[in-house]
Amino acid sequence: MPALAFTLFFSCKEKQQKLTKNELSTVKNGENVNIERYDFDAFEPLLHKEDDTLRIVNFWATWCKPCVQELPAFEQVANEFSDKKMKVIFVSLDFPGQVQEQLLPFVNDRNMKNVILLDDSKGNTWIPKVDESWSGAIPATLIYKKGQRDFYESGFDYTSLKEAIADYDL
Amino acid sequence: MKKLAILATLAVLAIISAFAVTTIDFWKTGYEVGDTATDFSLKNVNDKMVSMADYEKAKGFIIAFTCNTCPFSRANEDRLIALDQKYKDQGYPVIAINPNDASTNERESFTAMKKRSREKGFTFPYLYEGNKKVHKTYGAIKTPHVYLLSKESDELIVKYIGAIDDSSRDARNVDQKFLENAVDALLAGKPIQVTSTKAIGCSVKN
Repeated sequence: MPALAFTLFFSCKEKQQKLTKNELSTVKNGENVNIERYDFDAFEPLLHKEDDTLRIVNFWATWCKPCVQELPAFEQVANEFSDKKMKVIFVSLDFPGQVQEQLLPFVNDRNMKNVILLDDSKGNTWIPKVDESWSGAIPATLIYKKGQRDFYESGFDYTSLKEAIADYDL
Repeated sequence: MKKLAILATLAVLAIISAFAVTTIDFWKTGYEVGDTATDFSLKNVNDKMVSMADYEKAKGFIIAFTCNTCPFSRANEDRLIALDQKYKDQGYPVIAINPNDASTNERESFTAMKKRSREKGFTFPYLYEGNKKVHKTYGAIKTPHVYLLSKESDELIVKYIGAIDDSSRDARNVDQKFLENAVDALLAGKPIQVTSTKAIGCSVKN
């Protein structure tokens, strides 16, 4: 199965293929880094979970300097609240052609957890579905728990991220 | 006397709140479709100053905020050249502006812009914004970010804001050419169907 997924990924470099919810492909490299690849339709349910977990969904890319700069703040908060019902999800917007050379080594070197690839070039369709106010600039972060949600088209440091989640019950 | 004091207090409050509202509006800057755009005078990669007023015969402009390093900007460079070649002679030339602060990133410096323009063979001006912050007036918070302007009785009216097309990242996957459709509509004297769009981009480094 992994071999099939691998082939699927590379064939998709030529022409983007619509994936359904159940057909997420997994990319593996020599160091055994796994990243699930989603198109927006498959990804969207992650923005509307109704359980009692607080989700911090960070949109980033390895080429985005301010995004990379703020990663430690998210990782620190994730560690600090590791015993709480909180999940930090790093949604990479790296280009599909740069996954092998850039994203996988980066994730491997930093030992990052919960990284997924959002591979959907039709931004004008999906950006407003993340948040109406989002122009598409990254870094951007969605924080939500059930019906309560806040969207930030800006960067965070440790202090401001802690403030942003202070309103949520944990 | 007491009445007067209350009146004075109310007056002061009214002034403060009026000011506060103005301040909020000020921070919500940026053009919307239909607004009048202001001209600029910025240095081009050939060391000459460029303003929209220099283009007497232009019917309007394709103003593109772009930069040297953002992968989305780079992915759109060839499309900007094609747009300029297609529409310059029809009255809508491309003018590119780099809004990034070069002092914090050497790769966005004026020298690096000259190099990039030469490498890519830009057919349009590539302007260095420096501290003039034109992008703030326009409301461009990321690159690439495009504004289509049209001359109407000596004013430059914003007609379209957003992405060049619906696949900013990958030119091979384009289904809808938003900007071309908008320019074609202007040229044909027809209403523009899609006047603003969104795309992923790199935040402008101020």
